[in-house]
Amino acid sequence: MGLLEAIIISVIAASTPLLLAAAGELVVERSGVLNLGTEGMMIMGAACGFAGCWLTGSTFIGALCGIAAGCALSLVFAALTLGLAVNQVAAGLALTILGVGLSGLIGAGFVGEKITPAPHLYLPVLTGLPFIGKILFGQDGFVYFSVALVIGIWWFLYRTRAGLVLRAVGDSHTSAHALGYPVLKIRLLAVLFGGGCAGLGGAFLPLAYTPFFIPGMTAGRGWIALALVVFSSWMPGRLAAGAYLFGAVTIMQLHAQAFGLGIPSQLMTALPYLATVIVLVLISRARGSAGSVAPASLGIVFVPDR
Amino acid sequence: MVNAVPVSEPSARAPLLQAIAMTKRYGTFAANDSIDLDLYAGEIHALLGENGAGKSTLVKTMYGLIQPTSGELRWMGEKLELTGPSDARSQGIAMVFQHFSLFDNLTVAENVALGLDGVESFAAMSARLAQVSRDYGLPLDPNREVWRLSVGERQRIEIVRALMQNPKLLILDEPTAVLTPQEADQLFTVLFRLKSEGRALLYISHKLDEVKRLCDTATILRGGKKISTCDPRKETAASLARMMVGAEIGEVKATGARATTIPRLLIQDLSLTPDDPHGVHLKNISIEVKGGEILGIAGVAGNGQDELFAALSGERLAPREGNIVIDSNAAGGLSVTARRKLGAAFVPEERLGHGTAPRMKLSENALLTGHAASHMVKHGFVDKPKTLETVDKTTKTFDVRKAKRDPEAVSLSGGNLQKFIVGREILREPGVLVVSQPTWGVDAGAAAVIRQALLDLSSRGSAVLVISQDLDELAEIADRIAVMFHGHLSPPVAAHEATREKLGLLMGGASAEADAREASHAIGA
Amino acid sequence: MQLVLEKRVERSTKIAILSPLLAIALTLVTMSILFAILGKNPVMALYVYFVEPLTDSFTLMEIAVKATPLVMIAVGLSLCYLANVWNIGAEGQFIMGAVCGSYLAVVTNGTDPGPWVLPAMLVMGAAGGALWAMIPALCKVRYGANEILTSLMLVYVADLIMDYLVRGPWRDPKGMNFPTTASFDPVATVPTLFETGRIHWGALAALIVVALATVMLGRTIKGFEIRVVGAAPRAARFAGFNSKKLVVFTFAVSGALAGLAGIIEVAGPVGVLQPGISPGYGFTAIIVAFLGRLNPVGILIAGLFLALTFIGGEGAQISMKIPLDLTKVFQGILLFYVLACDSLILYRIRLIASPKKAAHGTA
Repeated sequence: MGLLEAIIISVIAASTPLLLAAAGELVVERSGVLNLGTEGMMIMGAACGFAGCWLTGSTFIGALCGIAAGCALSLVFAALTLGLAVNQVAAGLALTILGVGLSGLIGAGFVGEKITPAPHLYLPVLTGLPFIGKILFGQDGFVYFSVALVIGIWWFLYRTRAGLVLRAVGDSHTSAHALGYPVLKIRLLAVLFGGGCAGLGGAFLPLAYTPFFIPGMTAGRGWIALALVVFSSWMPGRLAAGAYLFGAVTIMQLHAQAFGLGIPSQLMTALPYLATVIVLVLISRARGSAGSVAPASLGIVFVPDR
Repeated sequence: MVNAVPVSEPSARAPLLQAIAMTKRYGTFAANDSIDLDLYAGEIHALLGENGAGKSTLVKTMYGLIQPTSGELRWMGEKLELTGPSDARSQGIAMVFQHFSLFDNLTVAENVALGLDGVESFAAMSARLAQVSRDYGLPLDPNREVWRLSVGERQRIEIVRALMQNPKLLILDEPTAVLTPQEADQLFTVLFRLKSEGRALLYISHKLDEVKRLCDTATILRGGKKISTCDPRKETAASLARMMVGAEIGEVKATGARATTIPRLLIQDLSLTPDDPHGVHLKNISIEVKGGEILGIAGVAGNGQDELFAALSGERLAPREGNIVIDSNAAGGLSVTARRKLGAAFVPEERLGHGTAPRMKLSENALLTGHAASHMVKHGFVDKPKTLETVDKTTKTFDVRKAKRDPEAVSLSGGNLQKFIVGREILREPGVLVVSQPTWGVDAGAAAVIRQALLDLSSRGSAVLVISQDLDELAEIADRIAVMFHGHLSPPVAAHEATREKLGLLMGGASAEADAREASHAIGA
Repeated sequence: MQLVLEKRVERSTKIAILSPLLAIALTLVTMSILFAILGKNPVMALYVYFVEPLTDSFTLMEIAVKATPLVMIAVGLSLCYLANVWNIGAEGQFIMGAVCGSYLAVVTNGTDPGPWVLPAMLVMGAAGGALWAMIPALCKVRYGANEILTSLMLVYVADLIMDYLVRGPWRDPKGMNFPTTASFDPVATVPTLFETGRIHWGALAALIVVALATVMLGRTIKGFEIRVVGAAPRAARFAGFNSKKLVVFTFAVSGALAGLAGIIEVAGPVGVLQPGISPGYGFTAIIVAFLGRLNPVGILIAGLFLALTFIGGEGAQISMKIPLDLTKVFQGILLFYVLACDSLILYRIRLIASPKKAAHGTA
């Protein structure tokens, strides 16, 4: 296997958790809800996903546990922001704090344990193709699912009536309500979907990326996923591009550290975080006068009168 | 399809929709108190009442948006239970909202699709949209995003969307509030045609001449109760107004001869690009307001009035110092606070969230504009008794009704809050007052108090600039009237020469320079 | 039946006072259930967590030591949150304050430079925190970059900078390769208040911060400006308040307070700069700010309460083998309940009969 091939494969692996979580958050934000709890849902997904897999020996069940954990946390968020009209920023922060704490509690017993990483799907002949073989036909299920997810979200948003309704709710909840759309129910579904995606993105880390669990192993990926949604201008295609770009930055700094260029390793580790800040500045500056492209109702509390 | 007569002949005069003892309570407050209403096919029925009389609550109940506390709806004699607007739509009830239920960032076609219940394909729906809009002479470009459209065009979307449901009953909530007189006439043509097609129309308004001209029956609400049902053509405007208000409203009068003096507010060749991409460019605006004069600025909403207000108040700075002159001081680059210190005062259109912080007390809202040019702040510390004093003085002078001495702004009714906001500024005796939509959504009693206060201020020598959509209001108080259209301001006309037709043409852009926006709006059929 | 929210005409002052208490009560109930699930006696566990630390003068002082940074940071954060500015990077500002202040302690180590060192360290700590906070503030006002994400990203960066320094240039040569600086000289150390215990002058500084913030928010035009910009931004602009300047101001003040807390922590109870100087003070302070209803005096009480949970959590780990992570869970749950109960100040919750059919429209 050539170096470039290996790098591309590792970039895809590093990008997948970001892509999964960010794709879910994109749908949530398109419905007009800002859930800043992605980091908390991801780390819970990681802890519960690992626990599920360790107990049953099945990556699939582990992934389902991760999804369930993300959904459960997002349900708490929904109860607060949709049910009780709590400020979404504050509730999202609370979700992250709770998720980090709970995952430590659940994961404590599993630190140091190992599992079999998710199997890679090999196809006869195709996987053997030079260069592209391993890249296209040698990944694990998470990778294929994440790609399908982004395509599915694009199709849903722009090609289905339900997607149109979702976008409408994110554009103006008052108009949607006046036309009789159940704004809070639609948002609840979107939030749950986002929670499941974040949980799955988190579960990817111990199930496929590294076959063990360590507390805090998401290391800010939830926040980077949030930044990616901003970067994408809420469009699925650009989201995928952004996620792979970030994966590339992560891998680049790992390789640079391995080469030992004399740069302090801490600086290299800080690179993805610094890149996030720089990208946010550049993208906000570029939009500048063109105004925000965010869904118009994003983050605004809605209480229907009846 | 659309040409089919939707309702059987209105023969036996059986009502199409009957509302019986409709009641809606919020806590102890009754928004609707046992209201009866009968609507007939082939009839335009007016629902009259002041703001807060309960009109909107009643029609939202009929559209399934609000669940009544008690009471019953009957549709062609049968009991009708609505759990949501799509229930109402499936029966043949359609509604055109006052505050449009549109999505700014979606296209016209998508907006229409969202208002229908999605049984047909998008392509079939688009074809039908084109046909209905051609049939009724309501042209629309299906692929344009809503935020690019004028207010009149937006209303067209709402109407076409309603018509595509082929409704038996069409409810229209204050549809002419945002139209020029000419646009209103075009709308009436459509409404008469709908009536002749045998549909029932429920028409909410507080414009009495319109109701007399258009409607067969009128029901008047006041304080959540039904006052009367009558034939508006047999009533006078005065008798209708009496029923609406429940008391005589005194005429507002200018006290004494108002001698105009030197120009106190000057706008000189002001051009401004909006900071909001959906905003309007101001183009070469020049006008002067003399002391002792009220200058009115008419125009349909969204033609640059908000941008002009922001430029005058200092919320947006003008490109050049000399663009705005307040009492001989070049003020184009001065902040809001500095302009207030020059003796200017401002009343914005939006009461809650712009003119006041809704969840703050009145005393704090007195401080909001008073901190600049009064003695409420010493060495950075707030003198609380002084702020309360302002509240008490305003309350007394302008008859502000409230539950306690210093409540939150949001707890006041629209009329009382507006009296507070206008009063707060007038008590400072400003040399220049800029006020936007002074009596928008305000009851007649409060409107009279406010208009009188503006006249009195000008007769004390201040320059008053009133931005208003309400031509009747401008006719009542303004000395000269100019019209805004697409960011241009027409030369002012003396109020006694400004007929509705003349102003209406200007509001439609008749004599303004043709601009790119106009051209781009030509719609291919 | 269905729960619906109904807006109150005016905010309820009674519930504004009751809401944090109700939130704490609900949290205690939830915690009891969690203890039971973990197989611990809930009554015992609650006693160890919340009562035992109050019965001993040593732990009482420890509570004050832990509350000191929490209160200082939270007061700064409350200014931000009142102004609707979301600085969630206080942890990073805390670390950078500690790093900048420590610089003097490190370079003067063993030279006995005189009593100016500690005041200079405090100034540099506050300045370091404020400067670190300026990055997200300027990114926001200059370019419109979301301050939530930028301020948080910089927490990781600050952590890595400190890690680099204590493993690299600032490492104690006599420290057996441990990632830590040399112990600070006495002139570079915040003195304790009493002969025994670790309670130090920083606790008084925190009280002064609370007093100043109370006056500023309640009495001055600046405090009014902060509240208006947060509550009604358009009205604030109409009032002539510049929201961009206020973003910079609130970030600077909260960054300075977090930085000050950081240098006081390392120059006080810790005594060296090393990784792990903060058990997440910058994040816990967010909870303190909300539990204290963004009011300085409330924050003082809330800071003491959360400090109690840190101390109680340590006690419970030793005596009952309850995992330390439970303290974080507790804090997260508490924040949830605080936010939920705050909703009751603006809304009344009503039970109504559900509509007969399911709501319409498609999702």
